[in-house]
Amino acid sequence: MSQDRLPCSDWLKIDCQAEVERICGSIRQQVLKDLRKRGVVVALSGGIDSSLVGALCVHALGRERVFGLSLPERESSPDTARLSSMIIAHLGIDSATIDITPILESAGCYRFRDEAVQKAWPAYGPGCKCKIVLPSLIDGDRLNVFSVVIRQPDGAEVEVKLGLEPFLGIVAATNFKQRVRKMMEYYHADRLNYAVAGTPNRLEYDQGFFVKLGDGAADIKPIAHLYKTQVYQLARYLGIPEEICSRPPTTDTYPMSQTQEEFFFAVPYQILDLCLYAKEHQISVEQTADVTGLTADQVRRILRDIDAKRRAARYLHAPPLLVGQGLD
Amino acid sequence: MDSEQISQQVRQFIVDHFLFGEEGDLSDQTLLLEEGIVDSTGFLELTAFLERTYGFRIDKQELIPENLNSISNVANFVARKLANQDSVVSERSRRDVTR
Repeated sequence: MSQDRLPCSDWLKIDCQAEVERICGSIRQQVLKDLRKRGVVVALSGGIDSSLVGALCVHALGRERVFGLSLPERESSPDTARLSSMIIAHLGIDSATIDITPILESAGCYRFRDEAVQKAWPAYGPGCKCKIVLPSLIDGDRLNVFSVVIRQPDGAEVEVKLGLEPFLGIVAATNFKQRVRKMMEYYHADRLNYAVAGTPNRLEYDQGFFVKLGDGAADIKPIAHLYKTQVYQLARYLGIPEEICSRPPTTDTYPMSQTQEEFFFAVPYQILDLCLYAKEHQISVEQTADVTGLTADQVRRILRDIDAKRRAARYLHAPPLLVGQGLD
Repeated sequence: MDSEQISQQVRQFIVDHFLFGEEGDLSDQTLLLEEGIVDSTGFLELTAFLERTYGFRIDKQELIPENLNSISNVANFVARKLANQDSVVSERSRRDVTR
């Protein structure tokens, strides 16, 4: 779907000033009083979500109580380091940049990932790049089964269906990235007696787009109630640099550039925001179709997918189960 | 192999792997995804089972609910795939004889 056909709706418009004050009041209460910490660590990827969380924490606590981290690795987009430096400078906070590549190499992240890809495409080797993708949910009915896209050294691309073992192997290996980043965040949080701020928005939190004990781990999650559309509203209200606000949401996890849509959501965030809102507010399929510009069948598919991802997310959200406890 | 035999084999796999041997009220029309019986990783297990058991490859384009989202759908899908395989084999045999 082209950008000019994406829907615009009043459903998700918020009073930015009031929302900023509400979130900042919550951050102050949670960090300083409930958790009894002296500030916040936030990892800044150069994306819109972490930039907004950083800005909100500065607004709530003051720049002297916010510590920023830039945690690139060798497969990060060149934009990652540049834009994370941009937001750190914009916020005027203390920070550290740590290249996590050596840790990932030692843990076997790249090697295990490449070995798993080779199970699906034996010719995968030096000079190749990859990403895993889902088919679009708008284009047709389908199951959430991943393929791996491989760009060969000559630039030719091939897409291969993933079997169970390579799929699990690729995901398990790449999850090292989010978990190593979280380890570094907590190192600095412990050192400074700070809390860690997580950066998921509502779509990510609700649908389980995070790594358990990786980017899913945090002490506070100040924007987990905001739809992605609302994240953009607040970011612009708080003056986040426009280049960050206009950057397409990426995963920055695989050697090939990859949007969040093709990796996980299978739908543009503007559409998913509206469908999730409709579901939360018991709005009919027909009205949702009218607002989104989709057919009723397309909306039904998206709503079914929301339910399926929520079921899968229950494990991700669950704390360790004690004897006699279940997920319900 | 008829559709009823395939249904029994698929049902046994689903009961063993996703329901831990407890069949409950699973019917041939139960929607596997909507009822939370099979998730996206589970469909990978299911397709691997079908490819291994029936000796065909499942293409990406065939990974749709219409083919895989109930025991009945799976059985019909497998029966169609096997029939296509048989017709391809028959056609090859006919060509070989003609030569």
